Amino acid sequence: MRDFEHLFEAIDSTTKTSAKVSAIARFLREAKEEDKLFAIAVLIGNKPKRPVKTTDLRLWASEQAQIPLWLIEESYYIVGDLAETISLILPVPAVDTTPNDPSLRLIFEDIIRMRSLSSLDQRDIVIRYWMGLQGTGLFLFNKLLTGNLRVGVSRKLVVKAVASYLHMEETEIEHRLMGKWTPFEETMQSLFQDDVQETKHFLPYPFYLAYALDKDPVELGAITDWVVEAKLDGIRGQLIVRKSELFVWSRGEDLMTDKFVEFEPLRDILPDGTVIDGEVIPWKDGKPLDFAVMQTRIGRKNVSKSSLVMAPLVMVCYDLLEWEGNDIRDWPLSERRKQLELLLSNYPVSHVLKLSQRLDFEDWTAAENYRKDARRYQSEGLMLKHRDSAYEVGRKRGNWWKWKTDPMTIDGVLIYAQSGHGRRANLFTDYTFAVWDDGELVPFTKAYSGLTDKELHVIDNWIKRHTVEKFGPVRSVTPTLVFELAFEGINLSSRHKSGVALRFPRILRWRQDKPASEANTKEDLLNLIAARDESIR
Amino acid sequence: MNLLSVNEYGLYCKQGDFYIDPWKPVHTALITHGHSDHMRWGMSHYICHHHTVPILRLRLGEDNSVQGVAYEEELEINGVKISFHPAGHIIGSAQIRLEYQGEVWLFTGDYKLEPDGVSQPYALVKCDHLITESTFGLPVYHFPSNAAIYADINAWWRSNAAEGINTVLLGYALGKAQNILAHADERIGPIFLHGAVDNVNNALTEVGYRFAGTRITADTKRDQIRGALIVAPPSAMDTPWLRTLKPYRIAMCSGWMQLRGARRRKGVDRGFPLSDHCDWRQLNQAVIQTAAKHVYVTHGYEHNFSKWVREEYGIGGSIFKTLYNDAEEENV
Repeated sequence: MRDFEHLFEAIDSTTKTSAKVSAIARFLREAKEEDKLFAIAVLIGNKPKRPVKTTDLRLWASEQAQIPLWLIEESYYIVGDLAETISLILPVPAVDTTPNDPSLRLIFEDIIRMRSLSSLDQRDIVIRYWMGLQGTGLFLFNKLLTGNLRVGVSRKLVVKAVASYLHMEETEIEHRLMGKWTPFEETMQSLFQDDVQETKHFLPYPFYLAYALDKDPVELGAITDWVVEAKLDGIRGQLIVRKSELFVWSRGEDLMTDKFVEFEPLRDILPDGTVIDGEVIPWKDGKPLDFAVMQTRIGRKNVSKSSLVMAPLVMVCYDLLEWEGNDIRDWPLSERRKQLELLLSNYPVSHVLKLSQRLDFEDWTAAENYRKDARRYQSEGLMLKHRDSAYEVGRKRGNWWKWKTDPMTIDGVLIYAQSGHGRRANLFTDYTFAVWDDGELVPFTKAYSGLTDKELHVIDNWIKRHTVEKFGPVRSVTPTLVFELAFEGINLSSRHKSGVALRFPRILRWRQDKPASEANTKEDLLNLIAARDESIR
Repeated sequence: MNLLSVNEYGLYCKQGDFYIDPWKPVHTALITHGHSDHMRWGMSHYICHHHTVPILRLRLGEDNSVQGVAYEEELEINGVKISFHPAGHIIGSAQIRLEYQGEVWLFTGDYKLEPDGVSQPYALVKCDHLITESTFGLPVYHFPSNAAIYADINAWWRSNAAEGINTVLLGYALGKAQNILAHADERIGPIFLHGAVDNVNNALTEVGYRFAGTRITADTKRDQIRGALIVAPPSAMDTPWLRTLKPYRIAMCSGWMQLRGARRRKGVDRGFPLSDHCDWRQLNQAVIQTAAKHVYVTHGYEHNFSKWVREEYGIGGSIFKTLYNDAEEENV
């Protein structure tokens, strides 16, 4: 693990991506062979789940450091990270003791093993690590143990470094890193060199992702050169039939085959060597259902009969990536679509596979009008794809754009603040907002992002000077500041005091021009829901 | 009756009718050290350690009434015995001891137990009532030894210099800057100073201190600054002045750098947890060794540290609400 500690320190001490890439590449050249794949797994966020309760960790740390629990809790509020807090309070071993150097594999094994152990046995293992490790090593162990080690590199940079180390194409590396592979069952050879079609028939292609359109669509040229589709609000998925097996991957690279049972029959219907890209979405009476319906289904471990009836899933298909066992991602989109249309009409799949309709607008103005009212058509906006575009890897500019409808907005009053985590630790950045209801402020949402660092500092300072009460890490403040909040969806909810739940709430801007009395009301929120229901009916 | 209490002007001694580190204008002010939250403008008469005098003149002007005293020297005001004792925080910093009718009170000001190699090291003063700061009064603050940090700084400078890149160290112009300069290995390369640091260094020459480094002026040829160490106050970050020193790597020197969140927020390449305050261990050591029967905790994590003192040591622990902000945090 010593090599990995050095790698972590190198990545952590620079903000330059080129320096990060070369640090990873150097690690790959110099580290022990058996450590490499485990390190890659950690770097791209493929790591074991936390096997222990955090309350246990606090307790054990409290015993070891002889510090009362309340003080550990207070320290945690300041540090903003439990693993770091524990690393800092544990007693420092006598000078000149050489810390242990366990392999990443051993740490992974122990963490996985702990999952099935009693709390007492877990304690023994954890304390043995704590006594043998120091500094960065101790910190990294605790981060792995709590399951939230993030190393400051994007997946793209890891791919770049691996590609340069192995002298391979980045797109090829990206492809082979797809899915939930485990470093216990792979080697550098098997993961990166073995024949994909033969041994890895379950593997999805890397998704091609669109950037948000940031210019006038007129600049894109004639609208007839573009395939324009409704942007649906479901789960991006890739459906694979190979070797008489079916795999459905989500864009988050989770294998969802077992949850999406509707697709099971396709295994026997579709020919081997078929890969379709589309949106998995609940669908009834010829149109999509709200995303909230989907969420109730995804959240469950087992798919119940009632959820199959309430939220039947289909895939709205928009692309064909593999046909008759051939990777056709470099065909022009218009050709791939033609093949997709043929496939959907030639096979009896229409109950679960729908074609994503190409919307025919006369010009960009007509498209713009649709986009503005997209919610009325149960969509989030438009997708624009150039008719000649190949299916690329990752997020690329140029040929695919998403052109979303404007978010819904509401003005809320800041009433509670909590300090953030990580980079925002010890800075009040997590806010709760309220709207007026009969002369009272009722909280209706939390929001974390959307402000600049400078604004955050100003508001943090304001919060410290206008605190009314403290409850642990949370402070209530004088209701004064008004923020415009944006969100993508709104629904009735029995879990929230205000009776509504928002989707993707974030801060749009600080309304320094508005006094708290002029913020929106609960009635305004309910009206938004009513208006939406109206349009669906 | 308490010898020291807090009123709207500052830390007040009623029996002696004087203040320590007041924040509003008063007639007599004893000053622990020259940082701006402890040494403020507008007092009719200042009393501080000899080495704080030039700092006071630099920062508050020449025409102030200032009385310099030596460490251990005994004064008396209205029957209260007063003495200044080394606090080990920065040059001229003092703990202030008050004695009245056999009872001893001690205000630590800002202090640290670990010697920094520049300021007069902390001296233990026994007392009945201890008023202590608590800037780093949480168990997560456990600083590495200064020697280890200086070695890290020099090693980093050496590797940057080898690439022809400048090394910018940000630290408070009074205190941190001198500690860095006194321990920078001049064999590695040239040392340059921000004007604010040079001003403090010049003031300190009056009382016999000498520090390495050349002031960067408008005439300094920037292309001659290569592989150099540049010491500047934290306020220099993100300024046009700093941009003229490219290419550079930049580090912050502060106890706050102990935490990753603080370091990442700062947006620097490195954070060295070099502190002029007590860490958790040192605070505890001070509480135990002074043998105080009551501890009053000021600026920092006063709530947590006073509770800890009550529970852990079974002695009185309470909070003195003062206006000392931690200079390091606010000015960083």
